[in-house]
Amino acid sequence: MTNVLHRALRPLRVVRLGRALAAALCLSLLAVVAPAFAQDEPDDAALRALVQEFVGAEGNYRDTSAIVDRIAALADPGGVSVLNTLNAGRLYFRNSDRVVFAGTDLGATLTMADPVTGEALGEVVKREATAIRVNNAVRRSIRTAMSSLTLLSPDRATRLSAAQTIFTNRDATNLPLLEEAIAEETNAGVLRVMQQARAAIIVANADIPEEERIAAVAVLSDRGDQAALNVLRQLAAGEGAVAEAAERGVSRIETAQIFWGIGQNLWFGISLGSVLLLAAVGLAITFGVMGVINMAHGEMVMIGAYTVFVVQDIIRASGNAGLIEWALPIAIPIAFLVTAGIGMGIERGVIRWLYGRPLETLLATFGISLALQQAARSIFGSSNVLVSSPSWMSGSFSVGQLNFNYSRVYILLFAIMVFMALILVLRRTALGLQMRAVTQNRRMASAMGIHTPRVDMFTFGLGSGIAGLAGVALSQIDNVSANLGQAYLVDSFMVVVLGGVGNLWGTFVGAFGLGVTNKFLEPYIGQGDAVIAKIIVLVAIIVFIQWRPRGLFALKGRAIES
Amino acid sequence: MIGSFIFRGIDWRAGLVIIGLLVVGIGVPLSVGSPNSPFWLSTNDTLLYGKYLCYALLALSIGLIWGYGGILSLGHGAFFAIGGYAMGMYLMRAIGTRGVYGNPILPDFMVFLNWSELPWFWHGFDQFWFAAIMIVLVPGALAFLFGWFAFRSRVTGVYLSIITQALTYALYLLFLRNATAVGGNNGFTDFKDILGVPVGAPDTRGWLFGASAIALAIGYWICRSVIFSKYGKVIVAVRDAESRTRFLGYRVDRYKTFLFTLSACMAGVAGALYVPQVGIINPGELSPLKSIEAVVWVAVGGRGTLVGPMLGGVLVNAFKTYFTGGASQPYWVVAILPALGLLLLLVLYRASLGWLKVLAGAAAGAAIAALGLLWSDGWAFPAPGVRFVGGLLSAESWGWTVAAVAIIAWLVLNKNKYVAGAIFGAFLCRLLVEPNDMIALAPNWPYFLGAVFIGVTLLLPRGIVGTIAYGWNAWRARRASIEAQEGRDADLTDPEPARIDPESAAKDTTTPETASPPPGAVAQQASS
Amino acid sequence: MFQFRKPVLGLAAAAVLATAAPVMAQEETIKVGILHSLSGTMAISETTLSDVMLMLIEQQNAAGGVLGRQLEPVVVDPASDWPLFAEKLRELVEVDGVDVIFCCWTSVSRKSILPVAEELNTVVFYPVQYEGEESSRNIFYTGAAPNQQAIPAVDYLMDQGVERWVLAGTDYVYPRTTNRILEAYLASKGVAPEDIMISYTPFGHSDWQTIVSDIVSFGSQGKFTAVVSTINGDANVPFYRELANQGVDAADIPVVAFSVGEEELAGLDTSALVGHLAAWNYFQSIEDPANEEFIAAWHAFTGDATEVTNDPMEAHYIGFHMWVAAVEKAGTTDADAVIDAMIGVAVPNLTGGYSAMMPNHHITKPVFIGEIQANGQFEVVWQTTGLVVGDEWSDYLPDSMNLIADWRAPLSCGNFNVATGVCGGAGAATP
Repeated sequence: MTNVLHRALRPLRVVRLGRALAAALCLSLLAVVAPAFAQDEPDDAALRALVQEFVGAEGNYRDTSAIVDRIAALADPGGVSVLNTLNAGRLYFRNSDRVVFAGTDLGATLTMADPVTGEALGEVVKREATAIRVNNAVRRSIRTAMSSLTLLSPDRATRLSAAQTIFTNRDATNLPLLEEAIAEETNAGVLRVMQQARAAIIVANADIPEEERIAAVAVLSDRGDQAALNVLRQLAAGEGAVAEAAERGVSRIETAQIFWGIGQNLWFGISLGSVLLLAAVGLAITFGVMGVINMAHGEMVMIGAYTVFVVQDIIRASGNAGLIEWALPIAIPIAFLVTAGIGMGIERGVIRWLYGRPLETLLATFGISLALQQAARSIFGSSNVLVSSPSWMSGSFSVGQLNFNYSRVYILLFAIMVFMALILVLRRTALGLQMRAVTQNRRMASAMGIHTPRVDMFTFGLGSGIAGLAGVALSQIDNVSANLGQAYLVDSFMVVVLGGVGNLWGTFVGAFGLGVTNKFLEPYIGQGDAVIAKIIVLVAIIVFIQWRPRGLFALKGRAIES
Repeated sequence: MIGSFIFRGIDWRAGLVIIGLLVVGIGVPLSVGSPNSPFWLSTNDTLLYGKYLCYALLALSIGLIWGYGGILSLGHGAFFAIGGYAMGMYLMRAIGTRGVYGNPILPDFMVFLNWSELPWFWHGFDQFWFAAIMIVLVPGALAFLFGWFAFRSRVTGVYLSIITQALTYALYLLFLRNATAVGGNNGFTDFKDILGVPVGAPDTRGWLFGASAIALAIGYWICRSVIFSKYGKVIVAVRDAESRTRFLGYRVDRYKTFLFTLSACMAGVAGALYVPQVGIINPGELSPLKSIEAVVWVAVGGRGTLVGPMLGGVLVNAFKTYFTGGASQPYWVVAILPALGLLLLLVLYRASLGWLKVLAGAAAGAAIAALGLLWSDGWAFPAPGVRFVGGLLSAESWGWTVAAVAIIAWLVLNKNKYVAGAIFGAFLCRLLVEPNDMIALAPNWPYFLGAVFIGVTLLLPRGIVGTIAYGWNAWRARRASIEAQEGRDADLTDPEPARIDPESAAKDTTTPETASPPPGAVAQQASS
Repeated sequence: MFQFRKPVLGLAAAAVLATAAPVMAQEETIKVGILHSLSGTMAISETTLSDVMLMLIEQQNAAGGVLGRQLEPVVVDPASDWPLFAEKLRELVEVDGVDVIFCCWTSVSRKSILPVAEELNTVVFYPVQYEGEESSRNIFYTGAAPNQQAIPAVDYLMDQGVERWVLAGTDYVYPRTTNRILEAYLASKGVAPEDIMISYTPFGHSDWQTIVSDIVSFGSQGKFTAVVSTINGDANVPFYRELANQGVDAADIPVVAFSVGEEELAGLDTSALVGHLAAWNYFQSIEDPANEEFIAAWHAFTGDATEVTNDPMEAHYIGFHMWVAAVEKAGTTDADAVIDAMIGVAVPNLTGGYSAMMPNHHITKPVFIGEIQANGQFEVVWQTTGLVVGDEWSDYLPDSMNLIADWRAPLSCGNFNVATGVCGGAGAATP
């Protein structure tokens, strides 16, 4: 019924658009609210009447959902904006005259706009308006409604999501509309999803010829994901040629999914490894290169994360909302400088008195760590602070059946960049040369004219600065609170020791090795118990150290023993 | 032979410590209920001091391996907790039907989590003797196994420290799991009886305190005996030159394994005595931070001595108890006064000349802070992040900010005298703005504890007892050399001239970076 | 002479008053112990509770105190260290002489103080939702029992058509018990075991990639799936971030949480989480004059208009006013009198109703289900029609279904077995 109506109305679209514009013009001229005019405007009338019904349904989600379904059945393109507004929770009605409007929050007041045409209707005090509330059930109805309303939308992404929704719902009444959309579709990606949606609908329909259904099964097998598998499994439970084809499809998808699963685990492992690498690489400098057991390393990470928060907050307070997207790149150098500065202060004030006594630096830095944590609590309060993610870092994309989070991908890239930059600094700069010289033979380096105390200060500053960079990245996936650093301290030490103290590549291999091992153990051994995987990894490290007491990549030479 | 082993370690000082502990350990339980007795303690104090004594025993066990064996364990909390868990399992079984579900066999948490029968490792813990054996055996066995592999593979130094940390962390995660059947995060609580008497009775508490004191005395005695035996000499040799000792034909790994196992057993006993006194054992004791904290007690007290760790365990924890309590103090007492005192010391030491520069700096610092204060008075900052940056420049923190910037500048610029003065000025300015601002100690104790850790490592690298012993020995040696110069033969007046006290001789080799020993110490070494 | 005497007398009287008044005030204050971690891992949740108590005490003092005496808060810091909770409770009672203690967040800290509170016979208020299976004469539980949070939430989701369930929690006693209760409850509603997935993670778990992807594949098998989350505090932010990043839409797989409130959301950008649910007995967004007043007072007290309020804070609000009412009723701060007077005390809560203390030392509460909004607040989508009485011994666990607690005079038992008629748990034999 819907689709017949829809088809019938299609040629009229342009005309109708014109009429809607005219109506809008009338409205603005007369500046009177809609219902009175809705009668003069037959096409809008039904929609507006339905929109007005939201007032009566307010608070009752079933009724609200029913109205949404009826709006979808109207197939009025004006419904799209109404439903979008409703979905965003911006549909209100004025308490005095029950007029429904789309509101924009201005703090104490709301701007009113016509829900169908979006034309401005003035302002209203917030207390005098009531929001038409939605819950998940209503949101689901809205999404379903939108899929049939927007399948022919000019926007590619909108059509794609509409097609996806139809695939999930597999509502047979959408079939004619879908076929029409397929006929008109030009974009290959959208077309494929539409054809899959069509296949998902027709495989279940016994009236359709068998060959066509078997072809549809093939389309679904090619899709190869969990949703397709669900459809095919239902089908395979039946009998006949279609069921057999479905069964072949099921086994094909299941086999493929094992490999995709391994790939996905590998990615999870690499991603965890990149986090570990970031957390540990600063420690690889302060602990690995300088031999300082730096218990305050975690707090440097924490300070880096808080720097992001402060930068974002300042941007927010300054009113440059657009800049918030770039808060993270802005925070990177600031976090490095801040943590490097604090690190140099710590080195000058405390650590340099303790060289040659690595175990005692542990105590002093533990004290620093205690004080820094409490300082974070005193300054920022003890609860988590809000660090928002820029839009370019949220969401995910798929390659085949593999799912990649943008934030994780960026963190991996960032980790590798930081690591490479560090290698470059150590290999190609004068500071790096001096650092290596001082680590290898302090007296000789001093005799060659290197100002060793200054090199120590910069080395510690570099290590701390990199920990701060790790904090910038971790602020995107973890809590930003005073406890942040603690969580990564033990892991960081494990990575450095596993890789071999004093060897950056060891840290690199150690981090990714630990990450991947952990993620492979988690699903297969841990069955609902992620702890076991971690315990096994820790025990494995203990055993491994017995076998190679100086880590994976041990520095060779006589100096190590001392 | 055995007698000589037992009594070799006892000189008059050690005897005093042991007798003192024994007197307290017997006097306190006997004085329960008689407030006029000099040994009477309130319930709160009995439990509190009993806990300190358990911590002292743990610190002693760490002091033994770290100070004498050179093995820094960052996971000794594991042995402490295992001993505690063994005792806890006995105490849980001793509850019997008095649990909330009234199940005669299963402890409450098992009923709660649907266990139908007792897991295998819980059998036997209804008997105290079995639990008592396990308290020593399990930590000992674990330490033996761990030490056997680690020391054979020649895992040393920081690597060993880190894998002991991994050990305790792995156990922490294991015990945290509810599926492990040791109570998960809640651990064991609500104990009723121990050896047939109620845990909460004043007499029981008195005797638990007494047992802790006596255990500490015995632990101290054992440590002394071990150190002063031939075995102890080898251990100290291993600490000072492991490879050389190995080349001399000693099986270094066996010596270290034995010491490590002994220490773990002591930690286990400490844990077992700790649990009935604090009334709870849970995986928190296994967390790596707890173990590190225990190492800090040793450092504060003085490693390389035995009394030091014990004292450190008591002092740091008493300090913590005080500072986590409900008291409030004005700012200038707890924060500004000590800071100013320290700064004064540093400036006197580093800038003994050039007072004019310091004064000029102070004037400038105070002026900057005061001007900033006037300028920013009454500012308000809405968002917390902005408030932080803005807050650095708000009226009440200008002094802090200027001082903090000046301190970093002072450190980085190699102690410029103007800047040193500026720190003073800024602090003074802060002090004058609101001298009577109250600061609650409770949430701020990590600052003080952190400052103590840093201060002790920097200013007292030998710890409290170590410093005193060092100073005492240096003074004695200097006197001896003066006497020798005066022509009197000091050696003849000393009954045991050749004996080197390992407690004091140890430090010079372990802390080579500290200031060169005073001439007296050299003289002492020369004379011996 | 006459003229001269008057001012002298006046001065003398003033001097006496001036010296006497502080002395009297000092003798007369009633000390209130506040035992919440201000440092360590739990400071993140407990600091606000400590602050809200200070605010409530300040308000009460401004209103004339209790029994005509001023209240004096004693704040100690147990530093997130569980044995320290017991030690500090003893210190508060024995050294500082407090009359009532507002304490704890985690179950383990409550378990730690319980024997000490009973031994010293003091009054303790515990403000956090917990697993139940406990009732002590000395503890008043103002947080939700499982039936005041978990079961209504599951009812709501069933009503929404959920057929498959993921029970995800942190591995400690509260999620374990809640999930056991829910498992039994779901089974009684005819949910098949293969439609329930249970997953436990350690405290502070930060890498949720595998578990969220497991949830997604479990939830995309064609049946409408919901996640019941008892994940504890710190682990929530990375969990929700991972949910958002893996595109878990609340319309497809809603997550209902029992430990996520306004405070936890403060560290999150909630625009991608709109529609996920939480079940509580209080939301900051609830429109009620008392609540608005409370929020305004909280903002004034903290000096920060962005500070949020949450359910445990309301629990302390209720608990504190109940204690005040009970002390006024008993006319003394003596623990036994106050404990007896407490039962039946009803005080206004912040959601427009009254909460009453029941004989089992739990209180009556309304249950709200809220959906997360883009502004970090919750919007109530469902609420119980009346108040729910906290049920300390769950009816869905075999070992506790026959137990009740009643601390009124004749029975006065925390684990009375109605089947055998004996005080002392399920296993206690008939006499």
